[in-house]
Formats: sequence, structure tokens, C-alpha cells
Amino acid sequence: MTDPVMSDFLVPPTRRQLLTMIGKVGGASALYQAMTVFGHAAESQFTGPPKLSGAKPGASVLVLGAGLAGMLAAYELTKAGYKVQILEFQGRTGGRNYTVRGGDTITELGSTQTVDYAPGNYLNPGPWRIPYHHRTVLHYCKELGVELEHFAQLNHNAFVHNSHAYGGKPQRYRDLYVDYKGHVAELLGKSLNAGALDTTVTAEDKAKLLEAMKEWGVLDKSMAYTKSMKVGDQRGWERPPGGGVNGAPIPGEVGTLSDTLSTKVWQQIGFYTEHVMQTTMFQPKGGMDHIGKAFTAKVGNLVRPNTRVTKVAQDGSGVTASWTDTRTGTLGETRADWLVCTIPATILGQLDFQVSDAKKAAIRALPYGNSVKIGLEMKRRFWETDYAIYGGHSFTDQDIGLISYPTGNWFGDGPAVILGAYPFGIGAYRLAGMTPERRIAAALDQGSVFHPGEYKSEFRSGATVAWNRMPWILGCCATWTEESRAAHYQDLVSMEGRIVLAGEHCSYYGCWQEGALLSSLDAISRLHQRASAA
Amino acid sequence: MKLKGGFVALAATALVAAATLSDPGYAQDHGAAGGSDTAISDSGKDVFEQICAACHMPDAKGGGEAGARVPALAGNKNLKNKDYPIILLLKGRGGMPWFTDILTKQQIAAVITYVRGHFNDYKDPVTVADIDRIGSTNPPVPDCNCGH
Repeated sequence: MTDPVMSDFLVPPTRRQLLTMIGKVGGASALYQAMTVFGHAAESQFTGPPKLSGAKPGASVLVLGAGLAGMLAAYELTKAGYKVQILEFQGRTGGRNYTVRGGDTITELGSTQTVDYAPGNYLNPGPWRIPYHHRTVLHYCKELGVELEHFAQLNHNAFVHNSHAYGGKPQRYRDLYVDYKGHVAELLGKSLNAGALDTTVTAEDKAKLLEAMKEWGVLDKSMAYTKSMKVGDQRGWERPPGGGVNGAPIPGEVGTLSDTLSTKVWQQIGFYTEHVMQTTMFQPKGGMDHIGKAFTAKVGNLVRPNTRVTKVAQDGSGVTASWTDTRTGTLGETRADWLVCTIPATILGQLDFQVSDAKKAAIRALPYGNSVKIGLEMKRRFWETDYAIYGGHSFTDQDIGLISYPTGNWFGDGPAVILGAYPFGIGAYRLAGMTPERRIAAALDQGSVFHPGEYKSEFRSGATVAWNRMPWILGCCATWTEESRAAHYQDLVSMEGRIVLAGEHCSYYGCWQEGALLSSLDAISRLHQRASAA
Repeated sequence: MKLKGGFVALAATALVAAATLSDPGYAQDHGAAGGSDTAISDSGKDVFEQICAACHMPDAKGGGEAGARVPALAGNKNLKNKDYPIILLLKGRGGMPWFTDILTKQQIAAVITYVRGHFNDYKDPVTVADIDRIGSTNPPVPDCNCGH
């Protein structure tokens, strides 16, 4: 007979048991460290929802801003027993978690649009895709019942357009990718065979590299990248494989080294190699704002909308926010024991905000990048029917930056929305400076390079958001540099008296919802710790 | 002149803001991989219309309301001292980023000259030498009352 107690000592604990033990003894950060060692979770700092409990009876928290960071804070703090209220400037909740549909109004500085999309169609002006490792967003989608679907990111059959390559004719990403590695492999092979790297690599590695270059680059017997059936297996065909008499495929010509380099396709290859751009990606079915709506279903009753905060003061016993109701002009004050402020730095820097000079300096040293999105509703899915493109992005060096094909309702009839522009930097400023109508016209002009026969004739209606002209944020998201992080980041995120800041700007996941949520969890965990000790 | 040369052109001066907005160094979301490759001319009017007007609006009167405002450039007394706009374009302030990564020294000088002369009555031109002087002496960013 085996003694069950003894067996626990004899059988090594499973990894799960061990992690549970470490979590119990060392807390979340020890658990995270251990999970990293075991090869788990290294891609996220998320270790599960915070286990906050036992708020002091009557303890209250005021949250400024009903974006995802603010609503998550309210959701978790309420569960912990705090009395929470949220003040929100806009008449809607969600912040940059935002989707526009037919009938919606978009108000920018200087213009108003009414969206005319057909029922079911939408544009996500803000966040639009969720990487598989953004575990916090995915966790709360699951917890709150937000249905996610696949978001097509990398599409080998979409285009790359460079005005200075191939006479300005867009090329399929697949062709350029295969040509690029073929030529690089051929050149490295030549260098190796010429002995140019003999002092750099061992003879053993040299042999392996030559084999690798031949296979990776699909080189011929003489180690050259040339037209062949094997290249066709990757690059596609002039005549694709078929059945019967003419079943044999015919490979296409490969691109020259110079043409390939002119496209700068390494930029797209690099883009898809970034951790945050890798597959698998997800999107909420029907629009990103389903996440905001799911949080609103939980904490919407705590939100006071149309409330412009004008001043925040704190003393030894609590915080006071002074505000104006933007509908009625009524002035008011809200007092609470603690404050979570998620107002973006662009606005917060203009507020009478009672914090240290160091924190003020941090807020004011945080510029926001700009971005523009333009959603072009087309009468039919010609990119699918005529080009065999199902989701993914076609890139261009014009101001629009890219166009992105819709995921969801593939093969559907009726109109669908193409994302017709998503630039940062110069292109974003130039498009943002135009009226919405001119912006849409420019997007149609530039995007026509990919689908010249259809783009303008199939266009039905457009909608656009220039983030720098959204009156409640005046920018897209925070732009940190290594220097500004070193000088200001800790001052920005530190809890000062009764006030703590949260949002994507208080994270190392800038511009991502994951950053907003992680920042919020960190902020409320510290707040709870301090409130419990007070 | 192509805009993309702007960062290189200014890199020789001792600027604090070395990183570029298009390459922020951390995992920010972004659109296209390479960005726009189209050029803006050295005309101050063109630079204003294609870059500055995005936020400060085509009439240079800014926008928004108290507490959430983009400042006006038209009739702006701060622009009397030409060092003031130079420092802001080189270093940014508040929600406004620096523009050293997308504008050349020539373009920065030209657009400040245009804004000071066209939307205000400060007719003395700003030159590349002025930009270099600010870049090398590295003065602090003037205090920001950012809209108050």
C-alpha cells in the first residue's frame, strides 16, 4: 500500500502545483518570475485580475475618465468594496476604444461629419487589433463576454507599393519577400564561397550556412536565385498548377536585385516581425467598442457624463475635483478619499492639478503623436472577388501609409469598409490638415494605386477621424523617448498623496489598450495598498 | 528638399530630443512600416499648411476650449521673441511634439518666418543660423501654462 502522504513527497510536484505554491508564498511578482523561468508568460506582465479585497468601510475613489483604464479601475475597485464615481468629459464612455457606424456623428475641431455606412459596417478610429499576447485585454474580453474573432494581419497576397520601384506598380508582398531573401541568400553564398567570411565563421558553420542559403533562398545548382519550379512553389506562378492536359505550372520571372531593393520591402518584413505585429491577432466582432460597452454594462451607472473637470485638489483626508456640466453649465465638486486620473497628458497639462512640480513636469513633457484613420465604404468586396485578397494590409509610401482590408463577413454581399489610411508622422499631419471631404478624396486618389479599376467607382461613403482634432484628447497617444522615460516616467506613475495616474501614457505599451489596462491594474493595486495602510 | 533628410540635417546640433516619432523605440502601435515618402517644399507657407495647420488650424487661430485648447499662432505675442518658437519646434512642449525628425533646419526657419510675418507683424526673418544657435546653446523650454 502506498501511503498517500508519503507519495506527495516522493512524486515531484507538477509544474502547476509548483507554480501555485510559489504564487501562494511569494505573491504575484514571484509567480511571474517563476513562470518566466518555466517558459510561461514571458510575453505579458499580466498575472490575472488583481485580488483586491477588504476596502475600509465607506472608502471612496474618484476616477477621472471613462476610457478603458478608468472603467477597469472602477470595475475592480468596486469589487474590492470601494465606493466609486467616474467623471467623464464626453457624452459617451470608452475613450479611444471607439467605433463609428451609420448615423453616428464625428465632431472634430473645425468640422462635423455624419457617418453614412450601411447597417453592420463600422470603422474603428482608435485601436483595431489585439495581439495574442495582450493577455489583459483578452482576459477581460473573456470575463465580460466580448466575442472575439480573428483579425487578418499578414496577407502574402496583399500589395507593397513604392513610388520609386517597379515604375510605381504595386507588387504582391509574397513576390517581394521571396525575391528579397533569394537575392540576400545568393549574395551571402557568393561571399562565403569567395572566402570573404573565412575569418568570421568556422569551416563547419560555413558549410551549414551554404546549405541554409541554398534552401532558404531557393537557389539553383550554381547558388544563384533564378526562375525555377522550386521558386514558383513559394512565389506563385505565371500559370498555376491545374488538372489534365495543361496541368503543369509555369513559374514566373523573378525580380532583379535592384528592383527588389527599390521597394524597401525589408520595412514590411520588419513590420511583421515586431512582437506586437505578429499573428495571431483578434478583434471584437462588430467593432472594438464592444469592449468599452462591456465595461459600461458593469460600471456605466457610476459615470457622470458631460462633465469637464477644471481643478483637482488634495489634502490630508481626500481629494476634491471641481467640474462644469457641459450641458447645463452647472458647477460642482466631487470629493473622495482617493483619485485615479486617466485624463490624457495633452489635457491634464492644461488643468489646475495639485501635484508636485516633478509630476507636473512629467505631464508636460509628454507630447502626443498624431494619426488619422479614413474608412472607405465600398459597394462590393472587389478586393476579394477580383484580387483574392482576404484581410491584411497593402502598404504604400504615400501619405495614407496603407490600406487595410476588412476581416469578418468574408465572401459577403453588399458594401464593406476598407481602412483607407492609417499614417503617423508627416502623412498624418498632412491628411489631418484637410477637411474630412478632402481627406477622403485624397485617400481615394492614393489608394487607387492598388485597385485602379474599382477604387473610385465602387466608393459609396467615407468617414474619418484625425486624432489631433478630437476635442477631448487633441492627439493620438503618448510619445516617449528613452531620454524622457529616464527623466520623467517614474514621476508620472508614482502615487502622490491620494492621487495616481493611469492610462496608456503611464505604461511601456504606449498606444495599446494593453498598456492602458496594465497601467490601471498597477495603479489601483498601489492605491489599495496605500488605502489599506492609511 | 525631402523631409526624411530632416533628422540627419539636424543631428549635428546638440539636441536633447534625439529619438524620432516614427521610431519611438518601444512597442507603440503604428501604421505603415516606412511612412510617407512624399516631399514638402522649403516654402514656409507650404510647411505651415501641410504640418502646422493640422492642429493650429488653417487660419492659425488654434481651436478647442479652455482646458483643452490648441493655442493660436495668429496674434500670439509669445512669437515676438523668435527664440521662443524655435525652442518649441526643436524640443516640443505639452502635447506638441518636436519636429526635428520631420522638418529640416531650412523648413523650420522658413515656417517660423512665415508664421511670425504672415499671421503676426514680426517681419524679421528667422534663419538657419538662428536654428543652429538655439540648437547649440540648448536653452530650457519656456514654462508652459499650456492653455490657461
